[in-house]
Amino acid sequence: MLKESIKMALENIVSNKMRSFLTMLGIIIGVGSVIALITIVSGATSTVTDQVASMGANTVTIQVQGTPLKQGLTQGDVNKIAELSNIAGIAPTISGQTTVAFDGNTMDEITLQGKNDVYFENTEDVISSGRIINTIDTENKSRVALIGNDIANELYVGKNPIGQEIKIGGITYHVIGILQESDSFASADTNSSVIIPYTTAMGVVGAKYINSMTVYIADEALADTTTRQIEGVLTKAFNGDEDGYSIVNMQSILETIEEMTSILSMMLAGIASISLVVGGIGIMNMMLVSVTERTSEIGLRKALGAEPKQIQLQFLIESVVLCLIGGIIGFILGVSLAWVVANLIGTSFALTASTVLLAIGFSAAIGVVFGFMPARKASRLNPIDALRSI
Amino acid sequence: MPEKILEMQSLVKTYIMGEEEQVVLKGIDLDINRGDFLSVLGPSGSGKSTLMNIIGCLDVPTSGTYYLSGELIRDLPEVDLSHIRNREIGFIFQQFQLLPRLSAQKNVELPLIYAGVPEKERQARSAHILERVGLADKMNNRPNQLSGGQQQRVAIARALVTEPTILLADEPTGALDQQTGHQIMALFKELYQEGKTIVMITHDADVAKNGSRIVRIVDGNLSEGVYNA
Repeated sequence: MLKESIKMALENIVSNKMRSFLTMLGIIIGVGSVIALITIVSGATSTVTDQVASMGANTVTIQVQGTPLKQGLTQGDVNKIAELSNIAGIAPTISGQTTVAFDGNTMDEITLQGKNDVYFENTEDVISSGRIINTIDTENKSRVALIGNDIANELYVGKNPIGQEIKIGGITYHVIGILQESDSFASADTNSSVIIPYTTAMGVVGAKYINSMTVYIADEALADTTTRQIEGVLTKAFNGDEDGYSIVNMQSILETIEEMTSILSMMLAGIASISLVVGGIGIMNMMLVSVTERTSEIGLRKALGAEPKQIQLQFLIESVVLCLIGGIIGFILGVSLAWVVANLIGTSFALTASTVLLAIGFSAAIGVVFGFMPARKASRLNPIDALRSI
Repeated sequence: MPEKILEMQSLVKTYIMGEEEQVVLKGIDLDINRGDFLSVLGPSGSGKSTLMNIIGCLDVPTSGTYYLSGELIRDLPEVDLSHIRNREIGFIFQQFQLLPRLSAQKNVELPLIYAGVPEKERQARSAHILERVGLADKMNNRPNQLSGGQQQRVAIARALVTEPTILLADEPTGALDQQTGHQIMALFKELYQEGKTIVMITHDADVAKNGSRIVRIVDGNLSEGVYNA
């Protein structure tokens, strides 16, 4: 019975090619736009989150604003955080302004940053030549410096700065490397900055406080717990004054991004699904016309012994088959469109099984919902009246 | 002793037309035995179509009783009436009522689908019955590739294929020319000779004469006892 109904539905769709196609167009456009939007947004989302994740999904960033009583973190505070479990490493940063000099030439308003080996291990492409600050430098408070591109060009004309001396704030350091040239769009201009070990900055230069630090977490899954523990240490250090610092967990930023884009994607799909409803109304219209046209067929089938349920099923199958064909065409078009767009704007393209199921499920559901009324109308026709309308 | 397969007593059918009550059948008494070829002769508006609808279980009487194969036909749910129609009645219509998109054989298979007969058996039975009505070579043709007479033969095959209790024909020659009409009537007579029970509704006295028995219906009343041996 089911097989016969599906066959009959296909025959009916094929025998009314033009009308079937025009009716399906609504479903094609509806399913196509929903699938295209969902695929494009999810591709863009994964591209953005990949980028964020590459910045370090396993990091917790602490910025210190300071309070009147405590202007920054001390080495003691850093040690306390390092003692917590699930910590892979800590990269503190000390920043300030200084002057640099070599061979009688001086440069003012130079950004001084104190970093450690952990920072360099976790950050790519910091230097263009020379070597990075290593563990020994950090432990020994070595007087070594990485210098920015502008400093290298201005102070060491015609010379290789690596191995040369440099005076930073009046103290002599050895230049061990040159920082990667930063372009004008970069958030931090490193061209006129110097980086020294932060221990050196504290011991030699006399900087008292650490201004910010990045904590690297061993197990991302426990990021929330570890973040809370770090917060506990910081709150204690600042005597309960939470305005003294801010703490950002990269994992939670990622989650926020994903949450926002999924809301965005649902909103867009919701708007696109309006066209699905319009398409469904088109289906209902065609099915009603079909029922009217085939009144005598319905009457005959009833006279031959068709139950009302069987008539209803036949028309319901017709509308579901119509919607499924439209849905499949729409799905192919939507996915193709998403592929083209993903290539144009350079985001990733991924087709998930849930998208396929969504397209098929949605179109079948529309067939049932909008085919129900016409099918019921057909099943309720009085066979005598139906047979008379020859 | 002939077997009574249809029995009507004081059967009345009224329709409510607006405020007016219209009595279409005014107390019909009718018995049909197995193997009868009954012609119901009547002019248009006599109530013969209403009688046909009630015999065919497309409609139910307002009062009186109607037994078909011993079963009381009354205001049953549509599902039950459709099962009775499928089992008991083989309809033959004036306009053939074939589905244009289906082949002759598929058209004949239709009532078997609703009877739940498996595909293999449907094909065998429909092929066999089409052979019987002389259309063995037209089984795969669609109705529009067949002449009127051939189309009516397909319709007769469709009525026969379920082996119903009664073949119920409504003006079976009404849409055919005289010669083709004669051929169809010849086929009806053959079926009668084979022992099939036939009820034929017509307004044409010449056509009615083909029956083994004629009843006249005029203005909702049946006059019994006109025999045509």
